[in-house]
Amino acid sequence: MENFLLRNIDNPNSADIGEYEKSGGYKNLTRALGMEAAEVLEEVKASGLRGRGGAGFPTFMKWNFAKADPKFPKYLLCNADEGEPGTFKDRPILEKNPHLLIEGMAISGYVLGAEHGYIYLRGEYPAAKDILEAAIKQAYEKNLLGDNILGKGFNFSLAVHQGAGAYICGEETALIESLEGKKGQPRTKPPFPVNVGVWDMPTIVNNVETLSNLPLIMEIGGEAYSKIGSEECPGPKLFCVSGFVEKPGVYELPMGTNLKDIIYKHCGGIKNGGKLKAVIPGGISTPVFPADGIDCAMDFVAVPKAGSMLGSGAVIVMDESVCMVKVTYRALKFFEHESCGKCVPCREGTDWLRKILERIENGFGREGDIELLLDVVKVMIGRTFCPLGDGAAGVVTAMIKHFRNEFEEHISTRKCKLSEAN
Amino acid sequence: MFNDTVINEINEIRAKYPDRKSALLPALYVAQREFGWLSQEAMESVAHALNLPAAFVRGTASFYSMFKHKPVGRNVIQLCTNVSCMILGAEKLVDFLKTKYGVEPNATSEDGRFSLVIMECIGACGTAPAMLVNTDFHENLTEKSLEKILDKYK
Ligand SMILES: Cc1cc2nc3c(=O)[nH]c(=O)nc-3n(C[C@H](O)[C@H](O)[C@H](O)COP(=O)(O)O)c2cc1C
Repeated sequence: MENFLLRNIDNPNSADIGEYEKSGGYKNLTRALGMEAAEVLEEVKASGLRGRGGAGFPTFMKWNFAKADPKFPKYLLCNADEGEPGTFKDRPILEKNPHLLIEGMAISGYVLGAEHGYIYLRGEYPAAKDILEAAIKQAYEKNLLGDNILGKGFNFSLAVHQGAGAYICGEETALIESLEGKKGQPRTKPPFPVNVGVWDMPTIVNNVETLSNLPLIMEIGGEAYSKIGSEECPGPKLFCVSGFVEKPGVYELPMGTNLKDIIYKHCGGIKNGGKLKAVIPGGISTPVFPADGIDCAMDFVAVPKAGSMLGSGAVIVMDESVCMVKVTYRALKFFEHESCGKCVPCREGTDWLRKILERIENGFGREGDIELLLDVVKVMIGRTFCPLGDGAAGVVTAMIKHFRNEFEEHISTRKCKLSEAN
Repeated sequence: MFNDTVINEINEIRAKYPDRKSALLPALYVAQREFGWLSQEAMESVAHALNLPAAFVRGTASFYSMFKHKPVGRNVIQLCTNVSCMILGAEKLVDFLKTKYGVEPNATSEDGRFSLVIMECIGACGTAPAMLVNTDFHENLTEKSLEKILDKYK
């Protein structure tokens, strides 16, 4: 399959509107504006597009809810917070192909009857901010954004809003709070953002990659799009692979590509001929697979069946030199740091888990610590305000399930063998 | 307090949103650029410019890790040590920065040249270990390349 999301990415001027138009850019916006919004929505429905931000929620359904709400104005927010550790898939779109996202947002705004869009961009991507703002300016100059776009009577404004280093702001209601100038703490649902979102208005939050699929759906039609990749969640998917592989990077492959093939065919196998130990398939919040568990189609249906989640498609590959206790400890340090503090099970739970893991890793683990970890996990799962706490708990459970012997060895020998060896 | 140019800049930001509170994060970035960090005066200037309660400004500012609540060095090294960077050697780089430049995590070297901030994933996992110095990305770091890169930041 030819690249679409990463089309032109090797062209050093790919972020320029002229280059984008040369390869057919903005034709799909013209096409969409020539149709009724309802017709375009039918194409989205036929495409079977599901959100690429982590949860895989059907885009058509979310959009339908938002359209059904009679309140105006409606807001379209692009989630470019990309904070899930291991994830760097949206960055090439933001830095190298910004017009694809802008075109996708304009099409989406048209379908949704949303006249205002914001791109919530993580603070850690300062270059992307300048690139996006320059691209938005170019699009305004050509009347691809602004009032009465291409003379079709559709208005759409777009601006970049820069976050400031808080992972939780990737959660859509925390993102909304943050856009309103507040601390990024998740809101109670319901009401859902599609009814009561930013400034209390109907709000659609979609991931960068999700919105960037809209031009493709317009180009080939929803029906043809639905034939790409997995039947239940079609389309191209960006996989970002890091860790111990020969060729780490971002790969555009059909949804449902086998994890084994991603690692061995596309990424050239394990670095320096090493031996595979474990793979985190969808970013640090997703449960780990042991080496013999990677024969799995990477989509929103198959990965959960295999005991993990597709998440953001962030594949982290670990060889035998990596200590799983240490990885778990580092992950929990992250969750503790990023817990927003709003709910007790997450705030206290991540703190406890981190403390226990820290002492195990440092050779001070106690008899019964593994049971204690699992106890803490039990009071977190299903009891936290948002999925951050669940994610943290799930990480610990999976690590103990697959690598319990490493935890036991740390406790009984009072040291981390692998850290000492490195 | 801000001069007129900065006030104009903040007013322009404000016009992008239907509610002035939304201009707070961008305005805090402006304040941080102007004052170097978010001192009491910096936050009060923002509160004044946006006509928001000072306590609200402080509350928001305290939540986000990219806002600095104490003075920082001339160059800010933001080094990632999350899993993808850690398994490829980021911790050794932290030690190296300590011995070679005398800069500890979340502190500033005595000569004021570098501050070190330990980051939680900066989206450069495919080219790990990685860091941002001020606003520039540097990737595939080794002790050797790190030293060469930092030479450029005085
Ligand atoms: C803790 C947490 C962090 C999240 N971070 C992100 C993120 O960085 N980017 C993203 O697109 N979605 C993130 N999400 C998912 C969003 O809440 C939301 O589901 C998504 O933006 C919807 O877009 P989609 O339907 O296009 O996937 C996060 C969710 C949680 C619970």
